[in-house]
Amino acid sequence: MSISVSNISKSYKNVTALQDISFEVKKGELFGLIGPDGAGKTTLFRILTTLLFADKGSAIVANYDVVKDYKSIRNSVGYMPGKFSLYQDLTIEENLNFFATIFGTTIEENYDLIKDIYIQIAPFKDRKAGKLSGGMKQKLALCCALIHKPEVLFLDEPTTGVDPVSRKEFWDMLKRLQKKDITILVSTPYMDEAELCDRIALIQDGKILEIDTPESIVKHYPKPIYNVSANNMYQLINSLNAYEFNHSVYPFGEFVHYTDSRTDFNPEDLKAYLKTKKLSNIAIEITKATIEDTFMELAK
Amino acid sequence: MKRFIGFIKKEFYHIFRDKRSLFILFGMPIAQILLFGFAITNEINNVDIAILDHSKDATTKEIIAKIAASEYFSIKQIIEKESDIESIFKKGKVKAVLNFEKDFSKNLIKENKASIQIITDATDPNTANTISNFVNAILQKYQKQLNKKITIVYQIIPESRMIYNTELKSVYMFVPGVMTIILMLVSAMMTSISITREKELGTMEILLVSPLKPIQVIIGKVFPYIFLSIINAIVIVLLSIFIFKMPVQGSLFLLGLESVLFIISALALGILISTVSETQQTAMMISLMGLMLPVILLSGFIFPISSMPFPLQVISNIIPAKWFIIIIKAIMLKGVGLQFVWKETLILLGMTVFFIALSVKKYKIRLE
Repeated sequence: MSISVSNISKSYKNVTALQDISFEVKKGELFGLIGPDGAGKTTLFRILTTLLFADKGSAIVANYDVVKDYKSIRNSVGYMPGKFSLYQDLTIEENLNFFATIFGTTIEENYDLIKDIYIQIAPFKDRKAGKLSGGMKQKLALCCALIHKPEVLFLDEPTTGVDPVSRKEFWDMLKRLQKKDITILVSTPYMDEAELCDRIALIQDGKILEIDTPESIVKHYPKPIYNVSANNMYQLINSLNAYEFNHSVYPFGEFVHYTDSRTDFNPEDLKAYLKTKKLSNIAIEITKATIEDTFMELAK
Repeated sequence: MKRFIGFIKKEFYHIFRDKRSLFILFGMPIAQILLFGFAITNEINNVDIAILDHSKDATTKEIIAKIAASEYFSIKQIIEKESDIESIFKKGKVKAVLNFEKDFSKNLIKENKASIQIITDATDPNTANTISNFVNAILQKYQKQLNKKITIVYQIIPESRMIYNTELKSVYMFVPGVMTIILMLVSAMMTSISITREKELGTMEILLVSPLKPIQVIIGKVFPYIFLSIINAIVIVLLSIFIFKMPVQGSLFLLGLESVLFIISALALGILISTVSETQQTAMMISLMGLMLPVILLSGFIFPISSMPFPLQVISNIIPAKWFIIIIKAIMLKGVGLQFVWKETLILLGMTVFFIALSVKKYKIRLE
């Protein structure tokens, strides 16, 4: 096991950040913590990276105890905090060099590890980090967290504030790193990224709702789910919310994801109902549940 | 060691890329020393005065001529009646009025006694005092001349001599003070700001989750400032020697050692401040209010400690700057060696060790 967390609880003055959290991450696994802002993800990262003490429970990272052996952990993990935390007045190259030196290594030594990522930002290597775009900043931060070939990599919301293209590139890189036997714990508020992880934990209000592979989590969605669309989105949502048999109504892009509380649901009934609400172009199609649907269902 | 050097290199990048901190580091010492040396001064030079001469005889003319000849005074106006005194002061044209009584010579010869009134504008008490002293001195000198031939029995002649700063140049007073302020400012404020900046920007989080030991981070942070503070101290001493012709009587080596000691104590204070403040602004406010004000007000730099109320005198003892000013004044102006300032040095050393111990103990290896 690369990470093993057992019964961790943590509270600040009068807010409970984490409640009795337990999970394990296997070596070489890409494990995602999925949850909205304020779910306790950052607190958990800080406990695992020895920056905070847990109130209760224990955790082992790379075979070291996070409290007793904090020094060994600090030698063997890479950490990329949620907030951009590099030196803005240093250039890309200087930042990278600095982090290589304080970890007692050089860029050349582990260049193969960061090569794929570094190549993309190398043309700007003399630019100051503060002047980089969001995506480039994250790539640089990832390089800096990787430069000492850590056993476990902690990435706290690495793609928040990054454009969709860069986000995709970023996840491709994580996939490649995983092949190099690096265990990765990554947190994200984006449900679509969850599907790219080996296993995910859905977390909300300091509690883990479910841990499984993305496929099984989706499979366990209890009800058939429908894409509903009509000419007037706003009117559609209002009408669905007012429908007496609705179980859940969530806007999802150009559709509304709808589930019905009855077991013998017939889409035609709904269509008839919506027509009475003066909606036209009504389409109702069965669709596959997404992680977001599952999350919403579990968080209910 | 390699890690350490890498860290220091990074610190120098920060310092040299931040125009503001560079300005504080090097602009301020020079500006301050020139300001204190030239503009803010207790010396009097060509002070404008007015004369009210009721007798207008040979003696008064001679005295007036002597006063006019001195470099300290220039006679701005001759007034004719008592009522003009008030108005001329109110206009702020002159700092002092010399009022010679009627029949000055006659009285002097007949009764062996004549009087002259020195009226000074005491809105600036220091200058008023100095003016009256200087006028007195000129009169004394003149009196002596008159009495040359006559011998008076039982005469007590007070002869005061100012030593160590014979010319009573205030710049000699200010250089040690300014040096203290600057070293304190650069060392304590800049270190506390540079450490809290890492906290504020979140980079401290990464430094903590790295193999760097706390002591390496602390020393790496303060080392550049030790170096820069020493350069500053050298610049200040050079400026005072070459621009203000201030003699450094004692050993420069000892002066350097004592300065390094003081710099280290200020750096330790800076680290201490950074452990209790979360943002750069707090760090700056604490440094300014908690360090600069006491250094300026309670160290004896501007206000003599002996004339402070007793409680403040007691408080002044815990201010490192007080001891450092005593030490460097002794070395620069009196030219004494360590055997005369060992006690102050020991106190400063004790404080330094205490601050370092406290700041290392308070330095957080985690975020809470």
